[in-house]
Amino acid sequence: MDLLEMFVSVGFWAATVRMATPLIFGTIGELICERAGVLNLGIEGIMTFGAMIAWMWVYQGGDLWMAVAVAAGCGAAWGLLHATFSVYLGLSQHVTGIGITLLASSLSYFSFRLLLPDVSTPPKIEPFEPIALPGLSEIPVLGEALFTQTALTYLALATVPLCWYVLYRTPLGLAVRMVGENPMAAASQGLDVLAIRTGAVCAGSALMSVGGAFLTISVFDAFYFEMINGRGWICIALVIFASWRPGKALFGALLFAAFDALQIRVQQASSTLIPYQFFLMLPYVLSIVALIIMSRKAAYPKALLVPFRRGER
Amino acid sequence: MSSNVQPPSVLSVRGISKRFGDIQANRDISLSLNAGEVLALLGENGAGKTTLMSILFGHYVADAGSIEVNGRPLPPGSPSAAIDAGIGMVHQHFTLADNLSVLDNVVLGTERLWSPFQRRRQARDRLSALADRFGLNVDPDARVGNLSVGERQRVELLKVLYRDARILILDEPTAVLTPQEAEALFQTLTEMVSNGLSVIFISHKLNEVMAIAQRIAVLRHGAVVGEYNRADTSRTELATAMVGREVASPTRTQMDAGEPVLELKSVSLRHNNSRLLHATLKVGQHEVLGIAGVSGNGQTALADLVSGLCVPESGELVVLGRPAGGHTPAHMVAAGVGRIPEDRHTAGVVHEMTVSENLVLESYRQPEFSRFGWLRVRPILEHARTLMERYDVRGAGPDTRTSSLSGGNMQKLILARVLSRRPPLVLACQPTRGLDVGATAYVHQQILETRNQGSGILLISEDLDELLTLSDRIMVVYQGELSPAIPTEQADRARLGLLMSGQRTTGPSSGRDHAA
Amino acid sequence: MRLEPRTEATFWLRAMAPILAVIVALALCGFLILWAGAPLLEAYAALARGALGSRFALSETLTRATPLIFTGLAVAVAFRAKLWNIGGEGQLYAGALAATWVGTGAIDLPAYLMIPAIFSAAALAGGLLLLLPTLLKIRLKVDEVVTTLLLNFVVLLFVNYLLFGPWKDPLSMGWPQAAPIVDSGLLPNLVDRTRLHFGLLAGLVASVAVWIVMRFTHWGFEIRAVGLNTPAAVFAGIPVNATVVRTALLSGGLAACAGVTEVCGTKGYLTLDISPGFGYTGIAVAMLAGLHPLGVVVSAVFVAAIYNGADSMSRAVGISNYLADVMTAVALLAVLVSSLLVQYRIRRG
Repeated sequence: MDLLEMFVSVGFWAATVRMATPLIFGTIGELICERAGVLNLGIEGIMTFGAMIAWMWVYQGGDLWMAVAVAAGCGAAWGLLHATFSVYLGLSQHVTGIGITLLASSLSYFSFRLLLPDVSTPPKIEPFEPIALPGLSEIPVLGEALFTQTALTYLALATVPLCWYVLYRTPLGLAVRMVGENPMAAASQGLDVLAIRTGAVCAGSALMSVGGAFLTISVFDAFYFEMINGRGWICIALVIFASWRPGKALFGALLFAAFDALQIRVQQASSTLIPYQFFLMLPYVLSIVALIIMSRKAAYPKALLVPFRRGER
Repeated sequence: MSSNVQPPSVLSVRGISKRFGDIQANRDISLSLNAGEVLALLGENGAGKTTLMSILFGHYVADAGSIEVNGRPLPPGSPSAAIDAGIGMVHQHFTLADNLSVLDNVVLGTERLWSPFQRRRQARDRLSALADRFGLNVDPDARVGNLSVGERQRVELLKVLYRDARILILDEPTAVLTPQEAEALFQTLTEMVSNGLSVIFISHKLNEVMAIAQRIAVLRHGAVVGEYNRADTSRTELATAMVGREVASPTRTQMDAGEPVLELKSVSLRHNNSRLLHATLKVGQHEVLGIAGVSGNGQTALADLVSGLCVPESGELVVLGRPAGGHTPAHMVAAGVGRIPEDRHTAGVVHEMTVSENLVLESYRQPEFSRFGWLRVRPILEHARTLMERYDVRGAGPDTRTSSLSGGNMQKLILARVLSRRPPLVLACQPTRGLDVGATAYVHQQILETRNQGSGILLISEDLDELLTLSDRIMVVYQGELSPAIPTEQADRARLGLLMSGQRTTGPSSGRDHAA
Repeated sequence: MRLEPRTEATFWLRAMAPILAVIVALALCGFLILWAGAPLLEAYAALARGALGSRFALSETLTRATPLIFTGLAVAVAFRAKLWNIGGEGQLYAGALAATWVGTGAIDLPAYLMIPAIFSAAALAGGLLLLLPTLLKIRLKVDEVVTTLLLNFVVLLFVNYLLFGPWKDPLSMGWPQAAPIVDSGLLPNLVDRTRLHFGLLAGLVASVAVWIVMRFTHWGFEIRAVGLNTPAAVFAGIPVNATVVRTALLSGGLAACAGVTEVCGTKGYLTLDISPGFGYTGIAVAMLAGLHPLGVVVSAVFVAAIYNGADSMSRAVGISNYLADVMTAVALLAVLVSSLLVQYRIRRG
């Protein structure tokens, strides 16, 4: 179909919002961690685990929302493990994150295989149904695209202003920002730096995990290997692109998802001219481009990657 | 120390001891602070003053001892408990977040963490009221990173006042101020004291301590060696108590400056928030040229220029008679410039490498230490042994990690690395920062010896006493501009202080047209 | 409880710490075995047998260790310079592509020239691939963790395209694989009736060579200084950018050699799955070895043993062989913690 036609099509925008959902969860989650000074490279693994555990919960007969809660809880647990290493013990955040990704992913696959031993095609579950918001969903184009999404998408969109409010308008948010800029300053105002950093990492990881869960219990209805497919890493790039601000993170996620949706449609249209693999490369290439644009002037939280050790000055 | 009238004691420290690894930082210290007084804690670098105050404020937990505030025991290890007890501390290194506003920095931690609102308007009003009362004016919405050093200190003071501190601890507050700004600070302190606050003032500067304190406790090697009333004591007595022995100041003999080894001709540049404006100077081969100034006025730009870390945007840099060909550290090393960096930990040594490796950090490519790309291990080791003995580097062997050296020995390592190659030009940047009196005297002695043997030395320092002792001539840098060079005999603290705060005492303002 | 820096750590402490960590890791994984309902001791026995229990098992372990030596070395070299190269997987495939391009008939050389030619082409490909994110880091301050990672996906898609498209071997009956490597390009077999090939020797040589470079040459000195304290290296006049670029070329080149060992040694032709994540596992291998080039050989064999043993254990007691991935990841985290005990002492208070 014509490019212009596609831009006005409802399907395109609906897909954009839908595909942005895991990116929103992941980016906001990573943003919270990094604002507190901790680079969380475990995101890919945590999203994988969230996807697996939520699906497994529903498959074993559980409730959808309970599955979301379980995913969030597990995410927070992974965050606690990460924080124990990187915050309390002050170990390398890079290596800790990679270790967590490797462990969480492999544990996901191991558990899945254990609980579902011999399946050639993964079984399916009943995912979230789209909810049409009354009134709003009657709006032409926008209504169907934006207001007829599943519950988790609405949750993701709500997370953005909530994150903004907490970060910029509450004492807790100020404390989180401060431990990411100058932890000594926070300590000398009586705050417990390690506890705040740990809390931020747990909260962020919980969101990441829900982002993964979205893929299995809302979009698709099955869990398969390599499901996350690098989305976690893309979120890390998006955090830099968003200059650690929630509003820009939403914009970045939507922009990215739009390119992804675009790429699928263009691929379908011109499958003979350009091999489809090159279209699949676009998201990753775009992320690199986004990083190139934003990195030179990036205003990193000053204490990012710097461990805080009490009693050492 | 006993007197007939017992003033109420607001703070009482008993038997505090603290050990870090092999170093006993505090040894059974007992002190008391009375209401409405200024107690000075005097001691050289490394005497244990900051450690004691950090214990008081809850950053560290003491190994033994107790603290009472207004008669009630203070729970250890908790800055929030200290704050609740009315203790406020202005740290030596500012604890401010550059990317946040003044208001944010002050308000942090003052409201309940889980409160869903911030009371910014009330906070702003309260802050203004405090600022007016104590004369500490600063814009609450300004980004801290954009403030000057003096303004930042005001924010630090406002932070503690905002939390209703009744006991104020100030750790070396005048290290970053001009003499005039220090005066202003003392006035503020007097105002606070008359409002009922009690102050502990940490310093290693005798003059200030005599000016501001009523009582003085002297610390040496982690223990209190004496408590004095200001009225009953003298500078000499305090100095001796601080150091424990007579310290001979190295003497400087008059020498003819000789040919210039370094020349700056109207150099302007901007590098990392520090800038130089039409800087012109000359350093002769037998002289020490001192550069005085409050930190942040262009010293970093000057040091980075001579180190080879940046290039002039205009003007010319002439090293040893030849225009500086390239502007990289490697070029400067090759040209024979010896550089002692400002921060030995960040830029001076690689902690996890051995002492011998650090000693060849600049020269490992020289034929004596390598051949066809291979490092010659034995010559490197020999070199290290020789240098360690000659420059008295103690605390480790050539194959030990440099991190096990003390600050003083690390500085000696750097001196060894730099001075052993007999450089015709030496850049010394804050060479005695953080060193105790013994190490400081050693460094001063080395600098003068190097000058006597025919090296020109550009000495950048925030310590006026050091500059007055070592320099043949002194220039003052203010906002990137250099004052005319003043022979040290004609320089005094007051005059230098005025120049440091930007007030020119004579004639044309720029350093462009003077006999250097 | 408080951490106090140690003034010096004995050799024994530094050697024993990772070993203890690994033992702890293996023990922790026992819980997973129990959860899977398998008999614990029998499972561990099957693991050990599958790893080292027979001549064939040993050869399989060593064959599997070969690419891990190269990817482990790649990570060890890069991490020493604080260049966070997570792109080993992509560099491996880049090397595999180069090997295929050179080794499937494009040029005709006798074996003693062909094999070095293939290795050189691969190393060049891998080095250049890592050079791109490195230059972005140096010039534009782009964080290399994300860029190297993302490039992995790009490279794999490219390989996918080639194998389903222009490089698809018409004789392969529909499977996506490239033409086989010519005989002179195949790495000779080391032991009869096993898959163990010359690549292992190449790996050992590489490991010793890297150790010598790091310890005794200029470049090693510069890499260490830049990685341990970059501002001090800058101040001392060490050419930091050139050092990082050199490190990237070396690291990427080493990872690419893993691609050669798999295409020209183990398999004989390029397929989509010649690497089940060797690039990522290389990170664990390097960390377990404490970034020491000689230690990489030991940890590569160890990790390969785990993977090999897990295959066997899976057949014996029916536990998924993903357990090997879990074990490796737990070992990585355990070694990370143990490094803390080497650097610090734990004190009360």
